Amino acid sequence: MLEIKNLHVQLEEEDKQILKGVNLSLEAGKVHAIMGPNGSGKSTLSYVLSGKGGYEVTEGSAHLEGNDILAMEPEERAAAGLFLAFQYPVEIPGVGNMTFLRTAVNSQRKLRGEPEMSAGDFLKVVRAKAKDLKIDADMLKRPVNVGFSGGEKKRNEILQMAMLEPKMCILDETDSGLDVDAMKLVAQGVNALRDGKRTFLVITHYQRLLDHIKPDVVHIMAAGRIIKSGGPELALEVENNGYADLLEETA
Amino acid sequence: MAMDDVQVKDGVDAETVEAVKALSGAYKYGWNTEIEMEYAPKGLSEDIVRLISSKNEEPEWMLDWRLDAYRRWLKLTEPDWAMVDYPKIDFQDQYYYARPKSMEEKPKSLDDVDPKLLETYKKLGIPLKEQALLAGVEAPEGERRVAVDAVFDSVSVGTTFQAELMKAGVIFCSISEAIREHPELVRKYLGTVVPVSDNYYATLNSAVFSDGSFVYIPPGVRCPMELSTYFRINAENTGQFERTLIIADKESYVSYLEGCTAPQRDIAQLHAAVVELVLLDDAEIKYSTVQNWYPGDENGKGGIYNFVTKRADCRGDRSKVMWTQVETGSAVTWKYPSCVLRGDDSQGEFYSIAIANNMQQADTGTKMVHLGKNTKSRIVSKGISAGKAQNTYRGLVSMHPKAKNSRNYTQCDSLLIGDKCGAHTVPYIEVKNNSSRVEHEATTSKVDDDQLFYCRSRGMGEEDAVALVVNGFCKEVLQALPMEFAMEAQALVAISLEGSVG
Ligand SMILES: Nc1ncnc2c1ncn2[C@@H]1O[C@H](COP(=O)(O)OP(=O)(O)O)[C@@H](O)[C@H]1O
Ligand SMILES: [Mg+2]
Repeated sequence: MLEIKNLHVQLEEEDKQILKGVNLSLEAGKVHAIMGPNGSGKSTLSYVLSGKGGYEVTEGSAHLEGNDILAMEPEERAAAGLFLAFQYPVEIPGVGNMTFLRTAVNSQRKLRGEPEMSAGDFLKVVRAKAKDLKIDADMLKRPVNVGFSGGEKKRNEILQMAMLEPKMCILDETDSGLDVDAMKLVAQGVNALRDGKRTFLVITHYQRLLDHIKPDVVHIMAAGRIIKSGGPELALEVENNGYADLLEETA
Repeated sequence: MAMDDVQVKDGVDAETVEAVKALSGAYKYGWNTEIEMEYAPKGLSEDIVRLISSKNEEPEWMLDWRLDAYRRWLKLTEPDWAMVDYPKIDFQDQYYYARPKSMEEKPKSLDDVDPKLLETYKKLGIPLKEQALLAGVEAPEGERRVAVDAVFDSVSVGTTFQAELMKAGVIFCSISEAIREHPELVRKYLGTVVPVSDNYYATLNSAVFSDGSFVYIPPGVRCPMELSTYFRINAENTGQFERTLIIADKESYVSYLEGCTAPQRDIAQLHAAVVELVLLDDAEIKYSTVQNWYPGDENGKGGIYNFVTKRADCRGDRSKVMWTQVETGSAVTWKYPSCVLRGDDSQGEFYSIAIANNMQQADTGTKMVHLGKNTKSRIVSKGISAGKAQNTYRGLVSMHPKAKNSRNYTQCDSLLIGDKCGAHTVPYIEVKNNSSRVEHEATTSKVDDDQLFYCRSRGMGEEDAVALVVNGFCKEVLQALPMEFAMEAQALVAISLEGSVG
């Protein structure tokens, strides 16, 4: 599904290298987790994959189902099936959450040459999905993320993901700042989307999210590289011993 | 649960994006109508004033009024305090009267109007037809009808639904017709809100105005449909000087819409209008404008110079006026729709979106003059600047000694797109009694890259993303517009900002 090879990224503004040769191969239908200390480049990786400005790819490649996504505009990547649940979802004053969602859904459909979703169908689907995530009508009406609590913002990201039905979902610390119940809701939302084909890259600090979303592969990232990959037991190891041992091992 | 509300509002935005996508090229109304015209000789003189008056078959008093204005104008100098910069206007190098030849003989009904003119308005999306009525069937449920007065260069070419409005006692016609048919009303009110000597452009307008709209709503009448005037400048080198007079008698209500467009031309053209609103006791007027004059090209060539004086006089107690404007067009805009709150407990509101892109310059705002007791005013201004444009909000709030217990609230927000444009806020506040309160809030923000990236990562194109964020910024003002206009305005916001990013 997603093939990342030897990805090197630096900041556009200053001469600072952040990713120093990332290799990742995500097969369709699998759940991969990335863990790693703060500042190791996890968010940068997710931004570069989805096309945020300010970064320069100096070496390497990223392909989604064989297509070179680094050559595409952010909206084209989205239409091709890539989705990023933001670590810090952005507020858009004055734009209703529902309006935003519907514009997003229909923009992607248009880019793919598909017919738009009618207002009626859209409403039906969004209501059902919002209900699963305990998002009420009021939250759908309010401006995008404005005045949302941390938990509401993260659930809202999952709602967008559910509506957009991407092939490749990247979740950047979607569990941070959530209480146990909210985390379970988010995990349920993610699990409901697992269908054997959809692929997930879950960035997290905590084992507890991985109790609910069972990963197939766990990667450890440090200083802009994947330093170790393994099965779910790797996450437990980190939980118990921290990163220190791993960092030493590879140093 | 208010999900159905959501659906309606939701539809608006989705359609915006639709409309934007459907349109290519920036200014949609830049084409011109090939039609045989009749011009008054170029330049301005007493003879031209007399000619305009005679073309309109005006009574003697009207000619005298014009000549008086002309003589005053000769003694005035052009104001230069606004934050706008444009080449000196040569008032002798303009036509002051241009009318389609086919309008020489006044059409007796809409059926007699030159098909070319009808076609022009159809193409602008303003069909001059009383469709539902002519077909002898009721308008479909929920479809609101709008009566239109269509002004083409110097003349009104037709007004729809006049007969039906007359049944309710509402007079809606061109101002030239009103001067002939309802002289007592025109004489009583014309120039009482914006006096002849008010300012340079108003004085010029008083001398040479050629047409415009007239509305009278009798006591106790709620106007049965929205009224609108659509101004089209077509002829080259021709100034448009329209005059609008709306009188809302006691306990009456009317919602009035104004739209304007012009062809794309290299040479700038002058538009100097005067709008006067008179409100008697308990009357209410909503006046909405979507101003979309040709803004000139991206290098600042051509476009309309829009110098407009709009004022409402809330003469009656408890009267209420609301100005809503969406200013997207013109090369230079100089415009301050104002409210004189003379009656006790009267209210004035001003909602404005002013967009300036490329080389456009807008200096716009409002004046709230509180004269009566317990008067209230509210100002919500949203200025958006992109390209190399300059956008100035200029507002006066004045509380006179007798305006006890009065209130004003002003909110003035500026949004910048890019770093070569400018936004300026110039509030003037005078409070001459100690029981009144004035509140002023101002913000300036930039369209945030993170917001745009967030939208784009969800599948929206860059320009759609800008349009969405900007429409969000303008929301409070868009909500103040009548539904049909709100959609048009949203689409316009998007179109005006094309090419402002990237
Ligand atoms: N736009 C930026 N400007 C300056 N530094 C940045 C920028 N983006 C990322 N960085 C730096 O790159 C490193 C990796 O950051 P990030 O990808 O957010 O790490 P993580 O998500 O793993 O905590 C950090 O040192 C961070 O400060
Ligand atoms: Mg991070």
